[in-house]
Amino acid sequence: MKRLAKWRLFSLFAMMALILSACSGKPYLSTLNPAGEVAQTQFDLMVLSTAIMVGVIAVVTVIFFIVVFKFRRKDDRIPKQVEGSHKLEIIWTVIPILLLLILAVPTVSATFKLADVSPMEKKNEEGKTDALVVNVRANLYWWEFEYPNQEIITGQELVVPTDEKVYFNLIASDVKHSFWIPAVGGKLDTNTDNVNKFWLKFDGEKAAEADNFFYGKCAELCGPSHALMDFKVKAVPRDQFDQWVTAMQDVKEPKKAETDLAQAGQEVFNNSCIGCHAVTPANTAPEAARLAPNLTNFGDRDRIAGILDHTEEDLKDWLRDPETFKPGNKMTGTYGELTEEQLDALTEYLMGLKVTEQ
Amino acid sequence: MSTLAQKKGFGAVLWDYLTTVDHKKIAILYLIAGGFFFLLGGLEAMFIRIQLAVPNNDFVSAGLYNEILTMHGTTMIFLAAMPLIFAFMNAVMPLQIGARDVAFPFLNSLGFWLFFFGGVFLNLSWFLGGAPDAGWTSYASLSIASEGHGIDFYALGLQISGAGTLIGGINFLVTIINMRAPGMTYMRMPMFTWATFVTSALILFAFPALTVGLFLLIFDRMFGSNFFDPAMGGNTIIWEHFFWIFGHPEVYILVLPAFGIFSEIFAIFSRKRLFGYSSMVFATVLIGFLGFMVWAHHMFTTGMGPIANAIFAVATMAIAVPTGIKIFNWLFTMWGGSITFTTPMLWAVAFIPSFVAGGVTGVMLASAAQDYQYHDSYFVVAHFHYVIVGGVVFALFAGAHLYWPKMFGTMLNEFLGKITFVLFFIGFHLTFFIQHFLGLWGMPRRIFTFLPGQGLETANMVSTVGAFFMAAAVIIMLINIVITSVKNEKVGNDPWGDGRTLEWAIPSPPPFYNFKQLPLVRGLDAYWLEKMEGKKGMSPAEPLGDIHMPNNSFIPFVISLGLFVAAFGAMYRAEHSWGIPVLIFGMLITLGSMFVRSVKDDHGYHIHKEDLEDNNDKGVKA
Repeated sequence: MKRLAKWRLFSLFAMMALILSACSGKPYLSTLNPAGEVAQTQFDLMVLSTAIMVGVIAVVTVIFFIVVFKFRRKDDRIPKQVEGSHKLEIIWTVIPILLLLILAVPTVSATFKLADVSPMEKKNEEGKTDALVVNVRANLYWWEFEYPNQEIITGQELVVPTDEKVYFNLIASDVKHSFWIPAVGGKLDTNTDNVNKFWLKFDGEKAAEADNFFYGKCAELCGPSHALMDFKVKAVPRDQFDQWVTAMQDVKEPKKAETDLAQAGQEVFNNSCIGCHAVTPANTAPEAARLAPNLTNFGDRDRIAGILDHTEEDLKDWLRDPETFKPGNKMTGTYGELTEEQLDALTEYLMGLKVTEQ
Repeated sequence: MSTLAQKKGFGAVLWDYLTTVDHKKIAILYLIAGGFFFLLGGLEAMFIRIQLAVPNNDFVSAGLYNEILTMHGTTMIFLAAMPLIFAFMNAVMPLQIGARDVAFPFLNSLGFWLFFFGGVFLNLSWFLGGAPDAGWTSYASLSIASEGHGIDFYALGLQISGAGTLIGGINFLVTIINMRAPGMTYMRMPMFTWATFVTSALILFAFPALTVGLFLLIFDRMFGSNFFDPAMGGNTIIWEHFFWIFGHPEVYILVLPAFGIFSEIFAIFSRKRLFGYSSMVFATVLIGFLGFMVWAHHMFTTGMGPIANAIFAVATMAIAVPTGIKIFNWLFTMWGGSITFTTPMLWAVAFIPSFVAGGVTGVMLASAAQDYQYHDSYFVVAHFHYVIVGGVVFALFAGAHLYWPKMFGTMLNEFLGKITFVLFFIGFHLTFFIQHFLGLWGMPRRIFTFLPGQGLETANMVSTVGAFFMAAAVIIMLINIVITSVKNEKVGNDPWGDGRTLEWAIPSPPPFYNFKQLPLVRGLDAYWLEKMEGKKGMSPAEPLGDIHMPNNSFIPFVISLGLFVAAFGAMYRAEHSWGIPVLIFGMLITLGSMFVRSVKDDHGYHIHKEDLEDNNDKGVKA
């Protein structure tokens, strides 16, 4: 008998594992594949609350089926008119309170843990923090990531080291957005009024499973292209992150184009694009003047405009008519019509904007 | 033959409904208007699901999708669910307490017409340059930035219809406090009346927050103020607070009457009195009270800090307790009963697992730290559809079948009703269950499309298929209504055979004065008590006498029309020179008709005793 129970339990777990693996979504996107301390904390809470709730549902279901099958009308009798039962009513008041307490305690503790950003307030002699801080600025359909300690700015693709806490300052420059990397941790809104702060930790092993590449989303309705306001997160080991930072910092002047075609492209860029897009990472312009993503390392990125594949063809399509890909974006109509030659040249130039040698 | 039952032409019927102050006819108006908007909102829902059936779909464009999703939410909440609930409150509550009408019949009519014109105004945006596109929550930074007049239609339309709702709520409160029949103490009131009472109190306290928020939005957008512009010292978060201080109680405004309808159904079709009546009353009041303490759980990710988040998390969890009490009381109402599965009962029985599923995800969402993952994802979409469809819409279907004979004197077809139920039940779970997972897999809400390769394709397709089942169910319901109306087989006082409360003691539909003599109420389930003692009907509490009735009035229609006209003036003031004159003209219509109403004495009329006796001879029992 005991053995049977054990076997049953085992098959139950096997079934659940099977269902969970089929239902856990993509490792680079799903909250059910937690890839960091924050997401793990939240996942554990999900499991705890689901377990409690499944218990509640089981009780309700049992009573429900007994009632529905046992008490069907068979004859024309009038059942006894029961007023109620104090004993029963106390039971189903007290037990839920206890269950909720079991959930409330870890909830409150996790809420405070996830909001603890004290290390980002501690400044050293240079006026910088020892912790890694990223200033995130959300704009109509693109993201800016500024590393104040490293004094570099990039856009659309967040680069972070794994296995350490990364602290974020979040703000929006036009309308409210919300910063969400589902696999790594819950979201926090980017308000227009104030800076919101929180931290995330990117797990190295999980990152490797996801090819060091997570999807980020805007989670607050912000306009027609809200659905397309994706960003990407490159989570790499600390030494690679340091290399990247150094390579970025080395770009003091706009990178010179190497081929003739690229030089022609740079000319087009300087005439039409540089007003909004910077190509040096130490961007000293004030936020209000940084109207579009910084393109210093555009050639290294994995997506164009956060959504298109990183190919020359896609880049040309995008430059020809951004409106078809991101309705309502702020780039459409800010530069004149580009000829096919200009597009070729510009593409060559942009794709050459790399900071890492590969 | 008295003058009360003459056959009328179409024009006369129309005029009768435009001017009526009879709660039963106003109920029918609410039912028709709310039903129409429900179909409209459903159509918008179908567009949403078709667009999201496959990745990168271009069935509708990005901007249009945002308009559709905004109008779907706004229409379903304000113009479909609330009016349909008001329809049942109007139709049933005065009968349940043994009253001849509501306390202020004139205001009842005014409330309806304000809602109606507000709803029409809001929907005219489709034809006049585009609908609102900032979501039904209309968060300030986006709603201020939104171009065109969409948001103006939203703010003005909801302001007008919101005034109607507020008037209706106050009216119900006064009615229940003052107009209960002799012997009908508070603790003998049927559960649906209790729900109406608590709901009306919620409306009274919740709607002013929306009114204030909408006025600030109107001032910002149309009159150059800066309440929500951070650059000018304004603050957008204030809008979120205003909206949710209204918006969370609104959830209970919708769901408490649903609970009331189900409480009636469980008792009737189990042939048992409601288990734990007094704890049900207590739970309803407690839910209403706690409903005001938890609004900020919609804002866990706004950045309020851990202290506020923790407090609101725990407060929100507390609501699960009274709700749980209700679920178990319903189950034990059926326990030991004699259950018959009529269409209303099927909806009620199916409501329990559906609503429990929505309730438990509610507790998960209440837990702030994990809510950071759920918030604004499809998990939330699944949750609130489980609560609002599984709770409120199920109740509306159940209530429609249950009260159809009382409202129209004929029964909806049971066979078609059950088909509707089966299709809708399957479609509902097919559509929304999978959406929990979509959210957990990383799909944000309110997105007009999704990209391939993110693992979201299959689940979205499943969800869309489910939506078609629900659409089919609604179509069959419509066919049922048409067939029933054409056949029009009249039924008696108590067509379900097991009616327990006063409304089942009088004819279906009741005469326009409801009760010839006010009934004497001797306990909870007053009619059931009399039946059990072998009596045919209620014992009267007063001798037969003249009945005082209010006159019909066209003024409520005109007052509402004036505000409708004025709203156009306010909206186009900035760009057209005729804006201000139209605004003034509209306000003059409204204020002028209010003036007429104030100075013109309208004493109503009396139905004479002799006429009532006359009716008695013709077999109309009251």
